[in-house]
Amino acid sequence: MADAAPRTRAMIDAATRPVMPAHIKLRHDAGRGRWLILAPERVFDPDDIAVEVLKLCDGQRTVADIAGVLAKEYNAPMEEISADITAMLQDLADKGVVKT
Amino acid sequence: MSDENTTHVHVKETAMPLGAREPTEESTAEVEQVDIACARAPVGLLAELTHRCPLQCPYCSNPLELERVNTELTTEEWQKVMRQAAGLGILQIHLSGGEPTIRRDLEDIVKTAADAGLYTNLITAAVLLTRERLEKLKEAGLDHVQISIQDVDVNAENADRIAGYKGGSAKKKEVAGWVRELGMPLTINAPIHRANIKSVEAIINYAVELGADRVEIAHVQYYAWALKNRAALMPTREEFMASAKLVEKAREKLKGVIVIDAVVPDYYAKYPKPCMGGWGRGIINVTPSGRVLPCHAAESIAGLEFDNVRDKPLGDIWLNGQAFQKYRGTDWMKEPCRSCPRREIDYGGCRCQAFALTGDAANTDPACSLSPLHAEWAKVAEIESHEAAPEFIYRRPGGATPKTSAKKAPAATDA
Repeated sequence: MADAAPRTRAMIDAATRPVMPAHIKLRHDAGRGRWLILAPERVFDPDDIAVEVLKLCDGQRTVADIAGVLAKEYNAPMEEISADITAMLQDLADKGVVKT
Repeated sequence: MSDENTTHVHVKETAMPLGAREPTEESTAEVEQVDIACARAPVGLLAELTHRCPLQCPYCSNPLELERVNTELTTEEWQKVMRQAAGLGILQIHLSGGEPTIRRDLEDIVKTAADAGLYTNLITAAVLLTRERLEKLKEAGLDHVQISIQDVDVNAENADRIAGYKGGSAKKKEVAGWVRELGMPLTINAPIHRANIKSVEAIINYAVELGADRVEIAHVQYYAWALKNRAALMPTREEFMASAKLVEKAREKLKGVIVIDAVVPDYYAKYPKPCMGGWGRGIINVTPSGRVLPCHAAESIAGLEFDNVRDKPLGDIWLNGQAFQKYRGTDWMKEPCRSCPRREIDYGGCRCQAFALTGDAANTDPACSLSPLHAEWAKVAEIESHEAAPEFIYRRPGGATPKTSAKKAPAATDA
């Protein structure tokens, strides 16, 4: 079954292909005019960059791919973006919001 | 929790759907603060579908007066509540009890909630579940399962004694296995007290072994049944400190493996917890008969009027109900709360506890070290936890009334 293996910390690096597990829901909340992440007994409040990153986390793209998209879009240095979103995704992985 | 906040924080944890955990820096932001129309919309709804339960845990959070089956809301009434909740801006539904799986219409209620876009969380003792039922619940759209345990599997005898239910521990383990096989996220909730506090580390490891994504080390909160059983449940300060250290160590060691949430016993805290994240602020509670409460213990406070979903829409009750208005915000506060810099951090603690121990719910919760009652109140824990533990008064209809004999009268002497 799916639960056999991974009881180790998922580490995020440039080659990781992160994805949100099915039970984590990125939802637009019309009433509050913002995006929210719904998780077991948690609600997270992502900023625009986090929303964009999470939408790109499809299990296919690597963190490097995602950083590339954002670097182009925001016309920002790749290394800076890459370091920023790697740290963010590591934090989210530790909270169970993304998996690898 | 401070190590990774050096650069930009892109994702903040917001209001806590079920409210009693310790606030951390990143969890103090609130969802509600942005939009005016929904400025005061609750985040979570605790739906107590029934007070019936096969277990008899002596720390049950249900009121001493349990509601009867013939007063319970119908399927249609609960479905209406779910739709109204979604319309009101509620994000998460916690299906609780008693034992929610006793309701044969649980699937229908889950389906309506899921269809309305609500995040559905089943809070269960698990002993009545079959694999088939769990599959049906999953198909209906159930997002998350939380199973309570009393101790680890190797201490099954102790676990079953605490719950007053033979075979419960083994059954829970089996059901936890099905939850994982079906690919659903699992939380293990372990209420902690003197009869299992030595197992804290083992419980965390057991939750990992069961495949849980999250474990709650939830020190018992001393209201209702737990207050009645306080002398049988209160751990010593030393035991508590040792368990808190173990939790901290486990958090570091198991980072990224399992999320560990801890609820501390406020008898040993310096400041009270922000109960329900603030009264009438983020959480709404509906009892089996449809009474709408700001917290599940609110009926213990005299002078509050509770509306019923049978009579009024949920949104109206939330915004205008007497019970919600009474202690919402900070205007009702007295000193030392009123001028306290923490007033919007902990909201003066728990209104129910303030009422139970001081006779006035607007007083500072004696859990706060600034309360004039604090020292005396904390001493009760110190004394009781060092005495021999009395027998449990098990949670069952009418169970709270008979025995009053050898029990010491709870604290509140002079105010």
